[in-house]
Amino acid sequence: MSVTLLEASSLHISFGGVTAADGIDLEVFSGERLAIIGPNGAGKTTFLNICTGYLTPSAGSVRFGGRDITAMAPRAITRMGIARAFQSPQLFHEQCVIDNLLLAAAARERAWNPFRPLRERPEHDEMLALLELFGLADHAASMVNELPEGTRKLVDIAVALALQPQLLLMDEPTSGVSSLEKFRIMDLLVKALAEQGVTSVFVEHDMEMVERYADRVAVWNSGRIQSVGAPDQVLADPSVMRDVIGV
Amino acid sequence: MRLVRYLPAVLVLAVAVLPLAVPWLKIVLTVALAKGLAVLGVVVLLRAGQVSFGHAMFFAASAYSAAFLMRGFAGADLVVLLLAGMVCSGTLGAVIGLFVVRYRYIFFGMLNLAFSMVLYALLEKMFHITGGSDGMAVGRPTYLGLELARTSFETALFYTSLGLAGAACWFVHRFLCSPLGEALSAIRTNETRLEYLGISARWILLIAYVLSAVLAGLGGSIIAVNQGVVTPDLGYWIRSGEFVFIAILGGAGHVLGAFAGALIYELVRFYAAAMAANVWQMILGFVLLGIILFASRGIVGLYRDLAALASGSRSHREPLR
Repeated sequence: MSVTLLEASSLHISFGGVTAADGIDLEVFSGERLAIIGPNGAGKTTFLNICTGYLTPSAGSVRFGGRDITAMAPRAITRMGIARAFQSPQLFHEQCVIDNLLLAAAARERAWNPFRPLRERPEHDEMLALLELFGLADHAASMVNELPEGTRKLVDIAVALALQPQLLLMDEPTSGVSSLEKFRIMDLLVKALAEQGVTSVFVEHDMEMVERYADRVAVWNSGRIQSVGAPDQVLADPSVMRDVIGV
Repeated sequence: MRLVRYLPAVLVLAVAVLPLAVPWLKIVLTVALAKGLAVLGVVVLLRAGQVSFGHAMFFAASAYSAAFLMRGFAGADLVVLLLAGMVCSGTLGAVIGLFVVRYRYIFFGMLNLAFSMVLYALLEKMFHITGGSDGMAVGRPTYLGLELARTSFETALFYTSLGLAGAACWFVHRFLCSPLGEALSAIRTNETRLEYLGISARWILLIAYVLSAVLAGLGGSIIAVNQGVVTPDLGYWIRSGEFVFIAILGGAGHVLGAFAGALIYELVRFYAAAMAANVWQMILGFVLLGIILFASRGIVGLYRDLAALASGSRSHREPLR
């Protein structure tokens, strides 16, 4: 029986005249990979923002592991076990790749000894292994701002995984990456998620990626969930193809 | 090439032995070391991209704590005065820090300035307690229980200041390399990601703020016993600006920059004031203009460029340490 890890109930939020969440009800089950699809402006990123504490809904609640996290700050939610990778990579661009990961590891361990250099942290090998998993070990000493966009997206995901979260929320993990590269990246990502036993939710526009990598798919449209189910069933629905994908 | 490599060590040694050859220099050098400690505090905050235009308040607060202690307990020891100054400035830093770490950039700078001017006004107006603009005399404390003559005390104070400056450099360097220091740097580059790592940027900045206040306080205590008098001018905004000026002059790229900047500033000021009494501020202004226009990374940056040139490698912009 599937255990509910994240539960969103009756979420509402509006920005001026635009309703970005209009009664969102969604459960995320432990161990699954849930894809969120929908047209631009449907409220997909808003949902991630609410789940990670960046936005507070005007109504409704979000529960994680049975605990209400609706009004919590992002850092408190992160400490509970929800990590996030962004559409535009959010990294410390004046630091090298390994330092970005080590800082995440130090935050995870809450290790703030002012006399112990970050690079001498015991998690150093663990972080190198994580980079190895993504094929980034050669970039460990590279400055983040010198890396191409696709590599930075991977580093952003690796930083989120360095927190050893229970749930990872990703906003278009392969956008900005060449079509040849994105399958390789997703293969690596799925492998990393499986190794760490991390549940994931990812926003995606590429239906081929959804079919290939998602266990379930939720279809967003105008702040509402149009349908939820297995990818082959949902993507076979003509209304989804017409309203969301435009085919 | 080797000379360039060992230049910092040679200069530190020169500073240590110079007062033996030129005794009157020890007063100037002690002032430079005291200011260097306060500038080091400013440099810690620069690491987070925040500029404080009010750090002289911690300098003044601890200087006055030394004056009050000497008034209440004549013959108090220097160690007690230094510790009391650090506790006083650290406590004040923790209280004020709770407010200012909520703000960034110009608001952070201006709020610090506002708090420092409140302290300045209190010191200036409460003349029954603080002596107003006349200030308070600070007697000569004992040194580790010994009552030293003036010259001996000045020598002891200079070497104590030098030792404390070295210890502060070591500690701040370790701090900046630690996860706390790296998180502090991350405030400047991406506060959003910091929050999404579960780290409170405000707490990190508050810790750094208290550390910077303690460093400024340590400098304030030294200046109080070195001068033998404290006045509200120690907390005036011009003094805070002076610390920022020296931080830019020295360069925020290395902890030694604070002391290199303070030494050059004090020597330029000393000689400019002696040789061109009416235009010494203008000379300092031109020095700063030269640094900003031609060596934006300060003396530390100049040294690194020189070292890179000597070794034949390309000069690189290292992260702040």
